[in-house]
Amino acid sequence: MALDDSHLAYPMRRHGMDHDRYAWSMLTDRPPLHWPGGKPLAVWINVSVQHFPMNPGAALKLPGSMTMPYPDLRHYTLRDYGNRVGIYRLLQALREARLQASFAVNAALVDRYPALADALLAHGGEWLGHSWSMDTPHAGAVPPEAEQAVIARSLALLRQRSGQPVRGWLSPGKLQTARTPELLKAAGIDYFCDWVNDELPYRFHTTAGELWNLPLATEIEDRFVVLDNLHAEASWADQVIDAFELLLAEARAQGGRLLSLSLHPWVMGQPHRMRHLERVLAHIAASDAVWCAQPGEIVALAAAQEPR
Amino acid sequence: MNAPAAPRREDTGHYGYWPYAGRPRISWPGGARIAVWVAPNIEFYELDPPLNPQRAAWPHPYPAVPGYSIRDYGNRVGHMRQMALLDKYGLRGSISLSTALCIHHPEIIAMCRERDWEFFSHGIYNTRYTYGMSEAQERAMILESMDTIERHAGRRPAGYLAPALSHSELTLDLFAELGGRYSCDLFHDDQPTPLQVRGGQRFVSVPYSLELNDTIAYVVNKVEPRRYGQMIKGSFDRLYAEGADSGTVMCIPTHNYQVGCPHRLKAFEDALAHITGHSGVWLTTGREIAEHYLAHHHDAAVADIARHAGAGATTGQEA
Repeated sequence: MALDDSHLAYPMRRHGMDHDRYAWSMLTDRPPLHWPGGKPLAVWINVSVQHFPMNPGAALKLPGSMTMPYPDLRHYTLRDYGNRVGIYRLLQALREARLQASFAVNAALVDRYPALADALLAHGGEWLGHSWSMDTPHAGAVPPEAEQAVIARSLALLRQRSGQPVRGWLSPGKLQTARTPELLKAAGIDYFCDWVNDELPYRFHTTAGELWNLPLATEIEDRFVVLDNLHAEASWADQVIDAFELLLAEARAQGGRLLSLSLHPWVMGQPHRMRHLERVLAHIAASDAVWCAQPGEIVALAAAQEPR
Repeated sequence: MNAPAAPRREDTGHYGYWPYAGRPRISWPGGARIAVWVAPNIEFYELDPPLNPQRAAWPHPYPAVPGYSIRDYGNRVGHMRQMALLDKYGLRGSISLSTALCIHHPEIIAMCRERDWEFFSHGIYNTRYTYGMSEAQERAMILESMDTIERHAGRRPAGYLAPALSHSELTLDLFAELGGRYSCDLFHDDQPTPLQVRGGQRFVSVPYSLELNDTIAYVVNKVEPRRYGQMIKGSFDRLYAEGADSGTVMCIPTHNYQVGCPHRLKAFEDALAHITGHSGVWLTTGREIAEHYLAHHHDAAVADIARHAGAGATTGQEA
């Protein structure tokens, strides 16, 4: 039997996007953004601090989730390594390079590892909501009440513990349900980082009010490059440096550009990978063209410069 | 009760075996050894397409933010980067176009028209697959895609690459019947070849490459960006050398959401600089390759194929 005739009907074929979440515009058509101090290139480093439960129950498995029959000791402990060891290496490397980072934190870790939360707070840097754990995907058939409850519980704990307003959000796996933007807006979130369709922040519409999306690139993320693509660590570092140089040249010609760098302690905090991370951080730190920025600052600056 | 399975072809039915060695010589304009064309796939993937029972558009439930958003990135960010690079090296793109993009993002179409890029059909959306379409449905889809290109890009398309490489047994036949001149759907050769289609139209395959397709390289084969650049150079060097004997074709199929990423552009640029640094290279489009071949080499090829087709072969262009 042939396909239903709906396959030849195109109700959303129209100018712009096939949805109403954001306006269509090409990056180069927008007025140039200006970063503080006249720096051409903003660099935003985000560290995702994650808890992968050994007994995941969600219908959808996120990248990095358990894959073996319970008890999956090998995957659980390798991810936990990031929270016990790897994160301290990353924090030290950031301090040595004198580069700031933000931290997207699974709230479960604040409960489970108070000392880890202390270490992050002592280091400094903006916290982003990263849901409860890597077993609470905001995706598919998750009932809205359940999603709302996870968001509320996560943000309450992160805000209480950090003393920060926590206005940013990174959904686990960058997955959203159809209602995630509305629920986040209602929970006091100003921006999220889930949509990788741009390199600068842009306005995102929800029925609960306006949000911003600040894209956190997946394509040069440590986990994606090293674990999904199986590229050598040295190649990951080359890729980040190639991206840095290209964006810097573009920023000088076209106005403020952003390099977003997503790191995971359980990936990059391994001993054999650290020197490659250090090479990347040193390369960034050696440039006087860089504004090393917190995500909330980037969004606020973009919002302030938005044409009216 | 299940109906008996329909018989399935053992091969595409569009061409017979034709050895690379000993073919009639191909000469390209200006005595070039190699025809090089770049085929940017400019695509539109729908956020919420109707479900094709044979292939899901997205690996994640609605809304599939990761997959949808990186493809949107290509049009919002990557396109300008790639186009500027092709401008820099004097290359015109031959766009494999999701033709709905004419309506969604006409700004991109206008910029490519200014540059005299070629537009060929890649279906209407890259999230609408041919699988399961009736002949009438597929014909309607192809025809609408051709009409859209003609209306928005000013010229009827000559080439076709099925949307998301989703085919029926009739895809090439239908496109030829609707006035198409060449197909990019077959990966069987490094030179153009005549294709046998149902209606007997003069119709050719222009080599396209899956191995050098950046999405295949990056997503399927997990190739590192600098190695991708090396692959392009290696392919060029070999086809350039062989082109001293008889003209070859090299296609670099790209996607603005792949090569247009900042960590991949430099390696791509290195490869383009390498290619354009040679003499005897015809920097061209798919349409121009097809037209030159149809005008100058097609008939000799058909005759040569017929000579090879003696020993029991059932395919090959009929006289």
